[in-house]
Amino acid sequence: MHLPTTVTDLLTETGAVARFTSRFWREGIKPRYEWQEFLRQCYLIGYQSLPLVGITAFIMGLVMTLQSRPTMARFGAESWIPSMVALSIIREIGPVITALICAGKIGSSIGAELGSMKVTEQIDAMEVSGTNPFKYLVATRILAATLTLPLLAVLADAIAIYASYIGVNMKGVTSLALFMNNVFDNLAFSDVLPAVIKTFFFGFAIGLIGCFKGYNSDKGTEGVGRSANSAVVISSLLIFIIDLIAVQITDLLGFN
Amino acid sequence: MDTLIVNEQPDTATRRPEGSEAVITIDHLYKSFGDNQVLQDFNLSLYRGENLVVLGKSGSGKSVLIKCIIGLLEPDAGSIYVLGENIPDLEHDALDQIRTRVGFLFQSNALYDSMTVRENLEFPLRRHWIDKTRAEVDEMVMEALENVGLAHTVDMMPAELSGGMRKRIGLARTLILKPDIILYDEPTTGLDPITAREINQLILDVQRKYNTSAIIISHDMKCVEYTANRIAVLIDGRCQHIGTFESLSRSDDPRVTAFFL
Repeated sequence: MHLPTTVTDLLTETGAVARFTSRFWREGIKPRYEWQEFLRQCYLIGYQSLPLVGITAFIMGLVMTLQSRPTMARFGAESWIPSMVALSIIREIGPVITALICAGKIGSSIGAELGSMKVTEQIDAMEVSGTNPFKYLVATRILAATLTLPLLAVLADAIAIYASYIGVNMKGVTSLALFMNNVFDNLAFSDVLPAVIKTFFFGFAIGLIGCFKGYNSDKGTEGVGRSANSAVVISSLLIFIIDLIAVQITDLLGFN
Repeated sequence: MDTLIVNEQPDTATRRPEGSEAVITIDHLYKSFGDNQVLQDFNLSLYRGENLVVLGKSGSGKSVLIKCIIGLLEPDAGSIYVLGENIPDLEHDALDQIRTRVGFLFQSNALYDSMTVRENLEFPLRRHWIDKTRAEVDEMVMEALENVGLAHTVDMMPAELSGGMRKRIGLARTLILKPDIILYDEPTTGLDPITAREINQLILDVQRKYNTSAIIISHDMKCVEYTANRIAVLIDGRCQHIGTFESLSRSDDPRVTAFFL
């Protein structure tokens, strides 16, 4: 029995990603560490994504508040808006939207950068000089994405909640203290922790797929474009799959 | 007789010139990509201090050969002894150790385009000789750049350099680890005749100054004539002839003399 080409391609690709991941755990986290490059990547991935993530989070918090107000008002539950919006943002929308934005911004840039280094033989040049390009190029980017994405997501949550406060005040008057009281009264540790933990996995997936696609790029400039594109598509899909698994695990552990 | 017809006399491929030892010995090397058999039963030796040019048509497998030597490609069969170690048998760390003693100059130069010239040269240095001080590293970088006559480019980006300058910076980066062997992949391709002559001269200077052994992949006959101590002709995946420029130019094999027309 022959499997269709798309199925065999998918299985081959999955196997290659698994080997790439195991290489990361074997080589990437062993000393000697590339601290300088790691910090540079944290700056590029984290700090330079901040404006985009911040603006999106602000709009997201504001729009959610304005959109939910009429429905909540119909049920006389306007006072629940702060906690409802905060819960939605912290548990789900903040981490997922931040991860999707980063998949677009970081995934494509890592895929294109490493892809162009691959086709211009720069990665081979590192390899033949006896230095480990995997450690320098891949490990630093995966670790930087894994560690900065949770920070970006927490920051996005905070900005979105503040934007919600502005939204609430657009058609009424509520003090910041009262708003925050309402938010934190209904917020438990079990709402925050699973959401933060899953962002580490989102970051890992974005860094891993971006690096995998770029590092294995071929066929010249066309290949570079394809690497960048598929890095975004696959990491976005992975984010939803990880999110689905995270929800199931959270449910099993009784955090819901 | 200077010309050695290897496929008729297999031993001659590894014949040892008097007074020198082989630093690279390739025995019965096979490499294919799918149905395309690029190298088959390829035998060759490089001796200490010599420049050996591998001559062949485009697509004949010259670049595949040196990529197998440096471990970028894995051969299907055969052995490649470099400085006493069989490359296909080496683990990653051991291979990295050998690679510090073998320089590789890419046809495309492969300079790291997001780094300055200084950072390009420092990159291998800082990862292998971690006990060096900042001043020592600076001194080694400047020495390598002075060797190729480009000390003034130290803080420039690769994009600001001409093709010939990039080639020289690539050579400086190769030289900075003071390798025993250098593999040149078409060092003069795409350069104007004057710059090509300068690169040829540089290859000879490096050989004399550092007593390096080199395999030079080329089909630029000026480069071949200028730099080669011996020439190996790669035809149909095999090392068909080995000899000096003069002897091969008088070969009775039309596939060899075609290069000299």
